[in-house]
Amino acid sequence: MTSETIFLTPTDLSLAALLVIALALVSRRMGLGLAGQIIVAAFRTALQLCLVGLVLKVVFASINPLLIGCMALVMLVAAAREVVARQKRRFVGWWGFGMGAGSMFVSSFAITTFALAAIIGVDPWYTPQYAIPLLGMMLGNTMTGISLGLDRLTESAWERRSTIEGRLMLGHTWSEAIGEIRRTSVRSAMIPTINSMAAAGLVSLPGMMTGQILAGNPPLEAVKYQILIMFIISAGTGFGALIAVWTGARRLFDERHRLRLDRLKTAGQ
Amino acid sequence: MEKQLVPRLRVDNLFIHGVGPVSLDIEKGECVGLSGPSGSGKSLFLRAIADMEPHGGTICLDGTEQALIPAPAWRRQVGLLPSESRWWSDTVGDHFAMSAASGLNRLGFDAGIMTWPVSRLSSGERQRLALLRLLENKPHLLLLDEPTANLDEETSATVEELIRAYREETDAAVVWVGHQRAQLNRVASRFFAMESGRMISSGGVP
Repeated sequence: MTSETIFLTPTDLSLAALLVIALALVSRRMGLGLAGQIIVAAFRTALQLCLVGLVLKVVFASINPLLIGCMALVMLVAAAREVVARQKRRFVGWWGFGMGAGSMFVSSFAITTFALAAIIGVDPWYTPQYAIPLLGMMLGNTMTGISLGLDRLTESAWERRSTIEGRLMLGHTWSEAIGEIRRTSVRSAMIPTINSMAAAGLVSLPGMMTGQILAGNPPLEAVKYQILIMFIISAGTGFGALIAVWTGARRLFDERHRLRLDRLKTAGQ
Repeated sequence: MEKQLVPRLRVDNLFIHGVGPVSLDIEKGECVGLSGPSGSGKSLFLRAIADMEPHGGTICLDGTEQALIPAPAWRRQVGLLPSESRWWSDTVGDHFAMSAASGLNRLGFDAGIMTWPVSRLSSGERQRLALLRLLENKPHLLLLDEPTANLDEETSATVEELIRAYREETDAAVVWVGHQRAQLNRVASRFFAMESGRMISSGGVP
């Protein structure tokens, strides 16, 4: 029914790499100051993906829960670090990392486990061919949502600190004083995934589905998986952002309902 | 008898970011004037009393210690009016719990102003409405941080009058931070000056 999968050769990839090099050259000529970053990022993509390919080969070869657990943990830590790195104003100490890691752990891990065990029904539920890519996609997307939400929260709290304090002075609780900012932060975290659900299939074919189709799977099977993925990604991003923004907002105030911007530091300081 | 002896505000050994130690009693119905160069810690002192900043020492309102009262309730009893008013919603009325009609009249507004967008208010109008909004909480102590800094003479007089009337009606105490000695002499009966974090008595009833 389907044609055979075509395997890519290193020469094929080198041709694609030429495009990136061309982009780097053009941006250098235009003085965008991005040439170095483009090359480094392209190298990282190639290197990191190759390494992951090797690791996956080992992990897939044996269904060892400990090995899979370790891999999942490494992915979580990397995602949490990325959340911190994307903040302009970060929570001092372990809070920034902990908030990212905690909210992603609750949302991504819980929802991925649910999808594996109850929806897809693989046996055992941690079968790496399903668990690792699914978790990867969940973490990648919730990471974006959570960092957007937290960034919006801390940035707005900073900009509107005197308004927040004005409300506290009138006897409003911390939750009333930050309520509007908290809502807009969660909204800005959720909107990209909601938009991508709305545009799916019309504007772009999502990456996973494209991959499955390229690998020769029937399109309708690929579509069903994609729908599942979109649903769990939206839920994961939404719940993850809610948890992160709510915890973050709480952390901006102390037990005496004082706005504590000293708990934030600007990136690079 | 005992009730008479409890001051409205008692500040004991207050420390906050290089300001202090400050110890001070303010009686019911009393208005205390506080002056000093900018950066001397006047605003910080007011913020500590309103519990907006972490600080050391004890602060009691009518004999009850700050830490024993939940912070939002404390700030409704200790009303801090910052030198620049803050607005978070579009229309004026959104910032008021109920209709503040009587006060509106006294400050020369009619009730229609409640439907105005905040952006239409002048800075003087904002400041007067902010005061009205604060008085809605029925605070026992008013902390005023240069409350008439943006107002013309006539409006300043209305604000002074509103505060005096409120003080007499409710026996509230007032800490009035200001730069104009003439105004402080009009409104306050005891005076302090803040100099590089120290509070010095500068005359008035002992």
